[in-house]
Amino acid sequence: MSPSAQPMRWEKYAWPLFAGALLLATWYFSVKWSHTKIFPSPFDVGNGTAELIHKGVLANYVLDSLRRVALGYLGAALLAIPGGLFLGWYPAAAFVVNPTIQMLRPISPIAWIPVSIIWFGVGDMAAIYLIFLSSFFPIVVASMNGVRNVPSMYRRAGRNFGLSPAKLIARVVFPAALPQIIVGLRIALGIAWLVVVAAEMIAVDSGLGYLVIDSRNSGKRYDLVVAAMIMIGLTGLALDTIFRRVEKFKSVRWGFSNES
Amino acid sequence: MSVVQTIAAQRGTERNGKRTTKLRTEGLTMVFKGDGADVRVLEDIHLEVSEGEFVCVLGPSGCGKSTLLNIAAGFLPPTHGQVWIDGEAVHGPDPRRIFVFQERGVFPWLTVEGNIGFGLFKLSKADRAGRIAHYIKLVGLQGFEQSYPQELSGGMKQRLEVARALAVNPDMLFLDEPFGALDSITRLIMRRELLRIWEAERKTIMFVTHDIEEAVQLADRVVVMSARPAKIQRIVEIDIPHPRDISSNRYLDLRDGIFEQIGLAHKV
Amino acid sequence: MNFPIRLRPVFFVVVLLALWDVAARRQSSHILPGPLAVLAGIAELAQRGLLLKYIVASLFRVTWGFAMATVLAIPTGLALGSHRRVEMALNPMIQIFRPISPLAWIPISILWFGVGDLAAIFLIFLASFLPLTVTAINAVKSIEQIYLRAGRNFGLDQVQLLYRVLYPAVAPQLIIGLRITLGIAWLVVVAAEMIAVNSGLGFLIVDARNAGNRYDLVVAGMVMIGVIGLLLDIGMRSLERIRSMRWGYSED
Repeated sequence: MSPSAQPMRWEKYAWPLFAGALLLATWYFSVKWSHTKIFPSPFDVGNGTAELIHKGVLANYVLDSLRRVALGYLGAALLAIPGGLFLGWYPAAAFVVNPTIQMLRPISPIAWIPVSIIWFGVGDMAAIYLIFLSSFFPIVVASMNGVRNVPSMYRRAGRNFGLSPAKLIARVVFPAALPQIIVGLRIALGIAWLVVVAAEMIAVDSGLGYLVIDSRNSGKRYDLVVAAMIMIGLTGLALDTIFRRVEKFKSVRWGFSNES
Repeated sequence: MSVVQTIAAQRGTERNGKRTTKLRTEGLTMVFKGDGADVRVLEDIHLEVSEGEFVCVLGPSGCGKSTLLNIAAGFLPPTHGQVWIDGEAVHGPDPRRIFVFQERGVFPWLTVEGNIGFGLFKLSKADRAGRIAHYIKLVGLQGFEQSYPQELSGGMKQRLEVARALAVNPDMLFLDEPFGALDSITRLIMRRELLRIWEAERKTIMFVTHDIEEAVQLADRVVVMSARPAKIQRIVEIDIPHPRDISSNRYLDLRDGIFEQIGLAHKV
Repeated sequence: MNFPIRLRPVFFVVVLLALWDVAARRQSSHILPGPLAVLAGIAELAQRGLLLKYIVASLFRVTWGFAMATVLAIPTGLALGSHRRVEMALNPMIQIFRPISPLAWIPISILWFGVGDLAAIFLIFLASFLPLTVTAINAVKSIEQIYLRAGRNFGLDQVQLLYRVLYPAVAPQLIIGLRITLGIAWLVVVAAEMIAVNSGLGFLIVDARNAGNRYDLVVAGMVMIGVIGLLLDIGMRSLERIRSMRWGYSED
């Protein structure tokens, strides 16, 4: 390990800026020196973004993507958390259901597209279903494991104080499992964001994913393609950051001694 | 303790005629620079340890004694001051002075044999096997050669770590609260084991602890540290020969003396 | 019901299959196949030699993309994790690139590599690279300082420290990361094949639908995807059971 001294506070900003500038410079110069006609330079992308904002398209598409994520993700959470809690609480039930979960998990949500189009037609619902599907499993598994990992001494303490099973779950098990559930929720949100972009590339005609594909198909506007990609990255990062802020609330913080 | 006795103890000349100085620190100061305030952990430590001596550094948790040990072993550079071992200034860790952590220092991906043989990569295969066998016997881990640390108890892991340290035949051992994670019965057994090993292979030992009884039971001299920023409050010479009777008056006197020094009553 | 415990999951699956069968029969449009039709579809694909061909094509792309990502990402991640300032510099960029779905790279990947295997492999590589790098970074950061100090104490130089202490200490976490990332790579290859190439299980799904609404083959493809994904996962988990790695896994 590098034995250097503690980094100063300003370094936290200086180094990334330096690396970012380096990246942009490399990008700009490789475009310039390769004399490519198609691949955009950083300035092209900047102009493209301005154009999208000017036309009002960018905001709308971001909102569309966010809306689909919200619906699919929240729907999944509403079903998956209780489901996971139940499976965690009754190991016998988990034992029965688990193999099925393990078999369905590796099927890419994208592979569900044709089936989902049959059920919901081309449009929002198909995309929302895909997001629901891809968020569901991580949340169930996280909730299940969260309950399983509650130390039995917490449960015993709860029973010692005379709590009924329902109260036990609400006042002891759920808070104890919460850190792990929240980590699962954050990971599922990340997955949902990846899937919405993919779903939009295939099954609908608005949103950031659609913007990526459409910009290329109708006019090889690679500057807009890259602009859309950067927006996707920034929005996804914003979602993740907001989530991590929520994790910092004190009553949940006990579960995160070391976090990535 | 009289002034004369204190100085004589520091010079290591009181018993056994003249003894060479193994480790010397001069003006050792350690300041940790944080994001906000600086933390002064050690303040102007002057210490001398003689060859073959068993010295305990005693103080409350968090007072900086572990930091002192880490600096002496060469893992941390001091902010001011210097450490000399055998007349050489200390710049980094060295196999001639091995640090024994609490049992979490054993490598979990190696077996007992693998751990003990870890530092012996310069030896021939036959020599290595011989050494490993010798130290397994010395610490009493026969039968567990192929076991992994997670299969061992806390006391056994601690013995494994000591064996690993001894196998490379260092001159000095640094022990940082090695028995802290063990239950008190195992601790008593381990102390006896450590003394037995020390008498068999006279290394110079610097041993950090917060346990007063442990210090008085084990050490030739006890260096009592104050709370942070740590200074040496007092050095107590334990002049009872081993094996020490822990109900003898001399033992109790010395122990109570240290209790008072730290400011503790001895009624619970 | 006093069913022997081991059979209960099987029973559960059978129940689901039965429900599926009933639902399929009762639909008015008869588009979606029931389980038996799917089995027949799998048999048909096997007979036409397509099943093996498509499975191999998908596995081929995953293997290449994943292997290249592993070879590059793990040393990069280990190096980044060991040097704080470099990690500080690159971290924000990593965080921005991470949420970008690999599929969003399709236009660029087609631009650079044309339609075909290479584009798909590039997508797999992209999908695997960042997660593996992040795994390696976290693994290095979580190494107990004690192990490195002990290694230095015994006189190991930088190179020896790397492969006698650092590598064994991070191995269990890396294996978990490899397993999870392989899962991601498998998801992405299917998606990539649906869009950018013309062979493989993902392609099968799109093609079966486009060339004749053969939904039995569509679902057959989905089933095969699930089965192979599961086998890959089980294979990786067996690595975790190697005795010298087991210390790194508290429970599962």
